[in-house]
Amino acid sequence: MNGFMSKEQWKKRLNRRILVNRIFYILFFAATTIGLIFLAMLLYRVLTQGLGCLNMDFIKGFPAPYPDEAGIYAGIVGSIYLIAIVAPVSLVLGVSTAIYLEEYAPKNRISRFIQSNIQNLAGVPSIVFGLLGLTFFVYMMGFGYSLLAGGLTMSLLVLPIIVVAAQEAIRSVPNELKEASYGMGATKWQTIVRVVLPASVPGILTGSILALSRAIGETAPLLIVGAAAAIYTLPDSVFGPYTAMPIQIYSWISRPGEEWPLVAAAGIIVLLAVLLLMNAVAVIIRNKFQKRY
Amino acid sequence: MNTTHVLKTEQVKPNPKEEKNVFEIAGLNLWYGNDQALYDINMNIPENQITAIIGPSGCGKSTFLKTLNRMVEMVPTVKTSGTIKYKGTNIFDPKRNVEDLRTHVGMVFQKPNPFPKSIYDNIAYGPRIHGIKKKKDLDEIVEKSLRGAAIWDEVKDRLDENAYGLSGGQQQRLCIARCLAIEPDVILMDEPTSALDPISTLKVEELVQELKENYSIIIVTHNMQQAARVSDKTAFFLNGELVEFSDTNTLFSNPEDQRTEDYITGRFG
Amino acid sequence: MESAGSLKKKPLDVQEKIRENKEKQKMFRKLEKLVPVFLFLSAAFSVMTTLGILFTLLKEAVGFFSVVPVKEFFFNTSWKPWSGSFGVLPLITGTLLITFIAISVALPLGIAAAIFLSEYANSRVRKVIKPTLEVLAGIPTVVYGFFALTFVTPILEKFIPELQIFNALSAGIVVGIMIIPMVASLSEDAMNAVPNSLREGALAMGSTKFEVAMKVVLPAAFSGVVASVVLAISRAIGETMIVTIAAGQSPNFTFDPTMSIQTLTAFIVQGTSGDTTYGSTIYYSVYAVGITLFVFTLAMNLLAQYIARRFREEY
Ligand SMILES: Nc1ncnc2c1ncn2[C@@H]1O[C@H](COP(=O)(O)OP(=O)(O)O)[C@@H](O)[C@H]1O
Ligand SMILES: [Mg+2]
Repeated sequence: MNGFMSKEQWKKRLNRRILVNRIFYILFFAATTIGLIFLAMLLYRVLTQGLGCLNMDFIKGFPAPYPDEAGIYAGIVGSIYLIAIVAPVSLVLGVSTAIYLEEYAPKNRISRFIQSNIQNLAGVPSIVFGLLGLTFFVYMMGFGYSLLAGGLTMSLLVLPIIVVAAQEAIRSVPNELKEASYGMGATKWQTIVRVVLPASVPGILTGSILALSRAIGETAPLLIVGAAAAIYTLPDSVFGPYTAMPIQIYSWISRPGEEWPLVAAAGIIVLLAVLLLMNAVAVIIRNKFQKRY
Repeated sequence: MNTTHVLKTEQVKPNPKEEKNVFEIAGLNLWYGNDQALYDINMNIPENQITAIIGPSGCGKSTFLKTLNRMVEMVPTVKTSGTIKYKGTNIFDPKRNVEDLRTHVGMVFQKPNPFPKSIYDNIAYGPRIHGIKKKKDLDEIVEKSLRGAAIWDEVKDRLDENAYGLSGGQQQRLCIARCLAIEPDVILMDEPTSALDPISTLKVEELVQELKENYSIIIVTHNMQQAARVSDKTAFFLNGELVEFSDTNTLFSNPEDQRTEDYITGRFG
Repeated sequence: MESAGSLKKKPLDVQEKIRENKEKQKMFRKLEKLVPVFLFLSAAFSVMTTLGILFTLLKEAVGFFSVVPVKEFFFNTSWKPWSGSFGVLPLITGTLLITFIAISVALPLGIAAAIFLSEYANSRVRKVIKPTLEVLAGIPTVVYGFFALTFVTPILEKFIPELQIFNALSAGIVVGIMIIPMVASLSEDAMNAVPNSLREGALAMGSTKFEVAMKVVLPAAFSGVVASVVLAISRAIGETMIVTIAAGQSPNFTFDPTMSIQTLTAFIVQGTSGDTTYGSTIYYSVYAVGITLFVFTLAMNLLAQYIARRFREEY
């Protein structure tokens, strides 16, 4: 009798535990989807608000005091110019640093310090890079509120990301390939240039594109180093004034009135489209070259 | 020292022609950090013969082989003592350049490791890093090496294709061809067939036999039948020591050391 | 099968050619010795960047503290730089308020997502959800700011009528959503590192997946999860655009989330834009605020690294 009762109890307890498990499964799933729902709402909101303003005039237009005349052309061109500075500077420095750390650095304190320094630099808020750029590039070097100052500031900002991505790519080159090269009497540099780098190019490219897309979306440091909100010509040299897509968007968001948010939303659509394109390229590169060893 | 009878077997060599050695190794010790992996190795490796190195896993075969072209130094903690003379000069001589040594002492690895490049570029890799750039020269070298590795007929129509498209056995012969391209004198092979199927293994073994005419070959194998089939001389390593080194026939039919006998009769290993 | 026998009789002697090129190769080898030097300089550049940050922040902050006493900066509860009061506390409480709200959102949602992905989801579901969550991390913050101001705030207003147009609540929630992927993916990594044998042991004893997650996986991955949260806190502290756009520019010394506040970062944007002149006290104050921000985030990053390092030693 007693045993029967306890079995009954045990069954009840088991059912409760299974129910709890079920409930939390649903809760965890719901929690996971909240972020996704939020993303969907954000995109929906931006599209419904912005599509009305999005036309060729908007894409080819310069900033204007009236919402129906404003355009993002200067922002697009400015962002492209910025990337034209950021990409070579941060790639050269970043890949060199990664090669040094992965292939040359002796296992000592200095190397460990450089490594942890890069890790910490990646965690510094972007706005602090803006302050560095303001003091150093804008004032000390005398570049002023120029494209060059903005580009160099952004280069420093994405440098740690590129270093880490390149390090991972270089580390994933199988040791056997390097051995094959050394075994034929190749020097270290020959091995790096002819074996290691070609094999890690897809990884480096993927990581760099993602890092550059971060640079395209960054607003705060550019505000600090003086990207202009209203500009009616394209930059004529690296020392000229400039603007960028997120700066334009920010300036439209901060304006009063019913219509400016719509213009901002249109700008956001263009910005997101550019980012989507870059990410798609990164994914294609990654998939195309995946699993080669 | 156990190594003493090694020297004895060396001294009763029947054929005076074999007296020419590519490697003369004396008192070689090697440490990974504080762990000693090779103990007082003394042996002379003859020219234009196939020398097999056998022994249980972890006994130091690969370490020994990689010491011969100083690839072992890729592990930064490695320390060595003793001398290895390659054609009369000590390879550890500070003035001796490792890249130069490795152009004369080539290596084929356990796992086929072609570069993720075309078949042509794989073979041309060695010549190119040594400054041979002319297309005509490279074409000639590529064909010659692929023929030398008995794989020309299989790949001649797809030299531009990625080497990763080849089968495992073809990849390994491609790696041998890549090694032949710079015409080394010695080829070190570290268990070159352990990742291959029996048919590919047979092809590689036949190839090794043919290469013997022009190259001195040192081949590590954990497969005693393979050692017996292909080699002229065999060295038995155990726990980092060279236990016995003699003609392959002698070693397998009439081993001097009890431990060698135990090993080849399968009592351990 | 071709014979290798005729190899050396062919006209081209490769070793001969190699010998011919030897002098040139020697020169290259000498040049190669310079390569690590150049590479080291590149690597040192990132250290210089850190030093540059420290140097600029310190240099200008020292300028600030020669005008404004340290005591006023840290203990005065009023931040009105244009009328000469420089008490940083309101900016710090503003930052803390945002961070608190953000973590209240990101911690439960991020960890729940991590548990779902690592313990419940099959690989097909994971392959869809993970990258989609990562998209959240890739959206520019100016876009989030726009969304907070024009969408989240109006919705919240329906429930909380006294909500100000610029308010900490809306900005904090959106910052929280932005850092969910960070908490989720780092926590999931930590949970994936828990050996399967632990799970199987518990499952074999009849535990449900929920019990395994709570009693086995979460405790075993605990320090990894904590590290991810600490890193997320650092991100929230340093977040600029969302708070600049949606939380306002009013340095109120308050913890009321319905009010407009100003964070450290938002003041830096305000203080460097427009009419601030180089060398003025306001210009310097930006750097004093900047170094405060830098210290906060650096402390959090180092803490996260310390926790994560201890975590790695557990297995
Ligand atoms: N890179 C290394 N670092 C430290 N020890 C090593 C390394 N490579 C090999 N060893 C050690 O050296 C000994 C010989 O290894 P190895 O030469 O690979 O043996 P074998 O090829 O005969 O199987 C083993 O005890 C092994 O653990
Ligand atoms: Mg081995």
